[in-house]
Amino acid sequence: MWTFIHKLGSPPWFFGFSGTLVRWLLPVTVTLLLVGAVWGLLVAPPDFRQGNSYRIIYIHVPAAVVALAGYYVMAFAGAVSLIWRIKMADVTMRAAAPVGAVLTAIALVTGAIWGKPTWGAWWVWDARITSMLILLFLYLGVVALFEAYENKTAAARACAVLSLVGMVNIPIIYKSVDWWYSLHQPASIKFTGESAIDSSMLYPLLLMILAFYCLFALTLLLNMRAELLWNHRDSGWLKQLVGDI
Amino acid sequence: MHPVRKQRLILVSLMVVLSSAAIGLVAFALRDNINLFYPPADVVAGKAPTDRSIRLGGMVVEGSIERSETDLDTTFWVTDYEASVPVRFSGILPDLFAEGEGVVAEGTLDESGMLLATQVLAKHDENYMPPEVAAALEGKTAPQGQPVLP
Repeated sequence: MWTFIHKLGSPPWFFGFSGTLVRWLLPVTVTLLLVGAVWGLLVAPPDFRQGNSYRIIYIHVPAAVVALAGYYVMAFAGAVSLIWRIKMADVTMRAAAPVGAVLTAIALVTGAIWGKPTWGAWWVWDARITSMLILLFLYLGVVALFEAYENKTAAARACAVLSLVGMVNIPIIYKSVDWWYSLHQPASIKFTGESAIDSSMLYPLLLMILAFYCLFALTLLLNMRAELLWNHRDSGWLKQLVGDI
Repeated sequence: MHPVRKQRLILVSLMVVLSSAAIGLVAFALRDNINLFYPPADVVAGKAPTDRSIRLGGMVVEGSIERSETDLDTTFWVTDYEASVPVRFSGILPDLFAEGEGVVAEGTLDESGMLLATQVLAKHDENYMPPEVAAALEGKTAPQGQPVLP
């Protein structure tokens, strides 16, 4: 177990390991996305009140869920970077930020598109929506902060602090619909008790959430590999690897 | 664990805890502003300001919707099952606006306590189900041969 964690910190080993992982993850992600999308968008029944417009849930909810989970990945990598000063953690944090930003943006845009016909407004300054917008700015802030420093070690440290401080936003987003009066509806999927969404609509949704988790992992790994290639462009192990191919 | 790392771990933990506490206190202090709307009970009790625009949220009272014959004026009552507030709105209502459903109306209160709304939003609940299931819950069967859409 510990040797595995130690190996993860080694760029050459991680580059090889992630290559194998990507080769497996890519077909799994594509299959899950295709099956989930066809099931959710074509097979699942329409909603009794919203008709077909509810189907945006199959993009909106997975993107939002993984955007929140992705932030924890980034913040955890930030903590590891601050405490153990592992370069791999910096790479993970840097690679997670743009992916999270895109997922958050997808959640906001699909939410607006759904909000117009359902609520009657594209945008409402509701607790859930506003805290989600803050999440987008946190992700973009980490990207911008990292680019603002010439010294990448200092950049990683500043980004780690920002992502750790921003972590408080995640439970706020999650619980915003329960703590305050908001326009956004409370959670339909419940971990305890019966979900407020019919099982014929729930299963494709869960599948799509799983697919988005895989998509996040895949893009994160690809992003990290690109980052590693750039950071180690002059290293011996990379030259050797390129030489082998 | 190496003492330096242990110190850093404590520092990181403190950072997370303290920033959470700070933001938690701010959110608690601003809770009235974070709430999107006032429930009818607060409006009737006079807790909502009357000199500026407010949002009122609740359920549309069954049988309270009255539509004008000549223009787009609609009046209805909004309730939280404790108190009710009348609302007048002139404009196009969202698709999901219906009796017994959630609504958020933005506007100003007049002297009689009626909300003159400039915008009405439908508040969707967390229930999603196919039309057949909804019909079964109502104790009716869905009409055959045509898609059941709201």
